[in-house]
Amino acid sequence: MNNSTRSALVLAALLLPLSSHAHKGWLQPSKTVLNVGQWVTVDAASSTDPFVKDHNAMRLESLLITAPDGSTVAAENLSSGKLRSSFDLQLKQAGTYRLAVVNNGLNASWEVDGQRKSWPPRGQPATAEGFAKEVPAKADKLKVVSSQRRLETFVTAGKPNVTALQPSGVGLELVVAQGVNDLYSNEPATLQFLLDGKPAPKLKVELIADGVRYRNSVGEIELVTDAEGKVKVQWPQPGLYWISTSTEDQNATAPATERRASYTATLEVLSP
Amino acid sequence: MRTPQLSSFALALSGGLLAGPASAAGLDIRIQIPQLDVAEYHRPYVAVWVEREDRSVAANLSVWYQQKRAAAPAAAAPAAGAPPQGNEGGTKWLPDLRQWWRRGGRELSLPVDGLSGATRPVGEHDLQFGDGKTPLPALPAGKYKLMVEAAREEGGRELVEIPFEWPAKAGTPLKAQGKSELGAVSLVVKS
Repeated sequence: MNNSTRSALVLAALLLPLSSHAHKGWLQPSKTVLNVGQWVTVDAASSTDPFVKDHNAMRLESLLITAPDGSTVAAENLSSGKLRSSFDLQLKQAGTYRLAVVNNGLNASWEVDGQRKSWPPRGQPATAEGFAKEVPAKADKLKVVSSQRRLETFVTAGKPNVTALQPSGVGLELVVAQGVNDLYSNEPATLQFLLDGKPAPKLKVELIADGVRYRNSVGEIELVTDAEGKVKVQWPQPGLYWISTSTEDQNATAPATERRASYTATLEVLSP
Repeated sequence: MRTPQLSSFALALSGGLLAGPASAAGLDIRIQIPQLDVAEYHRPYVAVWVEREDRSVAANLSVWYQQKRAAAPAAAAPAAGAPPQGNEGGTKWLPDLRQWWRRGGRELSLPVDGLSGATRPVGEHDLQFGDGKTPLPALPAGKYKLMVEAAREEGGRELVEIPFEWPAKAGTPLKAQGKSELGAVSLVVKS
């Protein structure tokens, strides 16, 4: 092994855990409480600290915007830069919009003569044909994991409604009793997490307030859901909050044997 | 500033010479919009409503907002009831009256006759609402709060509350003092 190969491998080893764990995906709406007819713009990226644009733009191929009447509407002015993607949306209907990036994927890993293999290659989609062709049916330490990743935020024009917020019943989702756009810093909020549409107990939920860059510590809030999948949140201050949780179980459909579900939301908390 | 003189004259008229209506039940409200020493002044948006003890809205009384984009700051305020222009008429900033928006403003389709009006200048403004007359419905006996919220472009936001009981215990004016966007607010409950 020559030096450059070795250093490349070391570099890859250093970078891999970072890119797979430490970077947080986020959507950042310009406002969440608006009047009918107004525009919002949303940035989407991943970075170490939420809402700090210093890493990678987010791919928005799987952006799904659900309008207050339950229909799907298209984003406008979609663009992707080096550090963030963005899109605009005009709130033509009164009610609550759900802006979600949903990625359902499949990952396989195994070993051949002690060497770790994985599929699909980074940045490439997982297709059934690719899986059949590339992943051996039997191999050392073969692990096939399905992933369900939902990243979302909500905006409301005029009076809120809940049509767009009906859980899909797939993976992790969030229900906010007070309303996703009716959060105030002087009122505790109850967030309920659902897994496949049912309350998800014992989830570790992490909350980070915007403005990490201007603090000496991240100041994350860590909570665990109760038997009903709920956590009670006391907002330390108004502003945007990045909220995330994930879980793993064996509830996977073939060819996967394990399932990883993750959920991330951006909620705006207003001052009273 | 002539407005205070004018309005106290008007109040004297209604309280004295026009003795009939003065005894009618209702709410007399005086709201002072303070003079502010700022480089760029825009008249505040102001919402006035009555809140029940559970914070629900018993009556939406007034909302003053920019109903049309002024060509220049000096331009006269458009007539009340003028429709908002395009998507970005003055209604864009109504959610900045955060409490009002949350408690009921967002459910209204503005403009509403007898409720919405143009922004008002610095000075004292008198509002009279007769019990059972739009926009003040006949209030069941109970505890209420008069809520006055102001939000100003390039400025701040302020909420002033005056708790009161209906029917009134005595005709004494109830008072509250704003600190930034609102000046003195007073309420006379007549029943």
